[in-house]
Amino acid sequence: MSPLLAQVEIRDRSQDTCVSDNGLCPGWIADNFDRYVDPFFQHVLLTVVAVAIGFVIASTLAVIAYRRRWLINPVTQVTGVLYTIPSVAAFFLLLPITGRGFLTATVALVSYVLLIIFRNVLTGLDNVPEETKDAGRGMGLTDRQLLWRVELPLALPEIMAGLRIAVTTTVGLATLAFFAGAGGLGEQIFADINFKSNVVVAGGLAVLLAAVLDAVILLTQRAITPWTRAVAAR
Amino acid sequence: MQNSDSAHTSGPSARPQAATLEFREATKQYPGQDEPAVDKLSLTVPAGDICVLVGPSGCGKTTAMRMVNRMIDITAGDILLDGQSVRERRPAELRRQIGYAIQQIGLFPHLSVADNIGTVPRLLGWDRERIRARVDELLELVSLDPAETRGRYPAQLSGGQRQRVGVARALAVDPPLMLMDEPFGAIDPINRERLQNEFLRLQREIRKTVVFVTHDIDEAIKMGDRIAIMQKGGHLSQYAPPAELLMYPANPFVEDFVGADRALKRLALQHVRDVDLWKAPLVRAGEPVAEARAKLADSEVPYPLLIDGDGRPVGWLSERALMGERVTDELRSRATPLLEMEDVLRDALSDLLQEEAQYGPVVDERGAIVGVLSIEILSQALKTDPEEVPSGADAL
Repeated sequence: MSPLLAQVEIRDRSQDTCVSDNGLCPGWIADNFDRYVDPFFQHVLLTVVAVAIGFVIASTLAVIAYRRRWLINPVTQVTGVLYTIPSVAAFFLLLPITGRGFLTATVALVSYVLLIIFRNVLTGLDNVPEETKDAGRGMGLTDRQLLWRVELPLALPEIMAGLRIAVTTTVGLATLAFFAGAGGLGEQIFADINFKSNVVVAGGLAVLLAAVLDAVILLTQRAITPWTRAVAAR
Repeated sequence: MQNSDSAHTSGPSARPQAATLEFREATKQYPGQDEPAVDKLSLTVPAGDICVLVGPSGCGKTTAMRMVNRMIDITAGDILLDGQSVRERRPAELRRQIGYAIQQIGLFPHLSVADNIGTVPRLLGWDRERIRARVDELLELVSLDPAETRGRYPAQLSGGQRQRVGVARALAVDPPLMLMDEPFGAIDPINRERLQNEFLRLQREIRKTVVFVTHDIDEAIKMGDRIAIMQKGGHLSQYAPPAELLMYPANPFVEDFVGADRALKRLALQHVRDVDLWKAPLVRAGEPVAEARAKLADSEVPYPLLIDGDGRPVGWLSERALMGERVTDELRSRATPLLEMEDVLRDALSDLLQEEAQYGPVVDERGAIVGVLSIEILSQALKTDPEEVPSGADAL
């Protein structure tokens, strides 16, 4: 169960010289790739669920604070404190409450992305030009219509930028989720942290995941904000 | 189409044309300030007129305008739209029936031109086909090519095009009242003049009641059927048609604000066709000199004007042209400046001064002579009673 036990297991299983020399062994990787599949999908799940929940909470807070400005400071302070708690410490702090497992890891990861997303959504909303809002109100849009039809769409570039930071950070932090007993690629990395092939594959998958998720968000952003690429045609 | 018409107007009238707007001692007092921003403003804008609110910054003109659609709520008094108090209306619903155009335009950057213009129609539940047709109609109304423009984003338009789209958007549901806050303020002078003229042309077609805010007295004189001059503290100094304002300023503030050249500004309100032109001594080459001399004696203009076979002025004849039996075509000078009936008197005066001429031949649209405008006629026009002078928008 413990990382230390697992280390012994990986090393002992293979007898070829590449492995005993601690090199980068394609043969070993091909034979052992199966062991990374489940952790990888655990990692994806942890990241996506944490960012999704964090996004819902933080953007709701941002929208509320956008109208009720006095909320900005308290929300920033609370999410700021959550942001500064080292995640490993957060896992252990949560253990008595939520126990070991997915829930604990998710709660810690969510608390970490709140500040990032909150700030970006708020900045995006604040950056909507005053005259655009004035025109919208003057034309008879209600506050809610203004929010959904004008303010949130115009805040999308900043919101999506926040999501990208949140996702890449969460992929990184989720490698520590095994401390909370939630698995993920981190479990594989620490299973034999001295074995190059193992670290490269597990770590590489994490990096790849971050890059892919980042690209997905970027492409989504380009698709839903076509006006940002509309340049003067004259 | 027919049942969607009912969604178009939720008000009592089926098809709003123009509304009468009445300020009744409308006041805006911000808490913690000594002076009200707008102080007991009372004035009535007749349906279909352009009322210009003009004054120095801080005079409350924009505040007064924004009180109409409740962007700013009045603290005392009332504002009536076709007899109904705006205070009884829900702000969003009221605003959808009032066109709104501001200096910064405020187009939605993330929406195409068509979607910008279609915003209020969509709020009112028009069907897609009707919105599309209306968008194209409006784009043509503001002189933009629908096919080329409707799919663009605001960032892809020039300043003047954006301003036109802004006006089209304000007109989308054919509102009975338009509020325009320095709508041409951010445009370069040449395009501003063009947009002003276009708007006046448009206004002759659509005949909306318009509240137009500006700090520029020249724009006010040009655009307004009636001008409300406001001064600091939100006081109304004078409310009158432009000609009356220029002829009889109510107090030193108005006199100062309309400027020392207010006599000249009055010329901007009249056109060549509004004054009695002089009859020119018209002669043709080859005509007997005796006849020419008789015409000359009969006219207030001391020089014979040579015209061609189609009655187009060629030039002023010299003494030598009348020396022989028959008139020759020896010219003293070309027939410049050539003026037209639609020219504004101020521009005509400017043309005369520029050419160092005392007399300017006036021609019709085919270029044939109809009379002569002289410096004397212009100085007469300055003494005309304002009642006889048409106001800015009517005159155009």
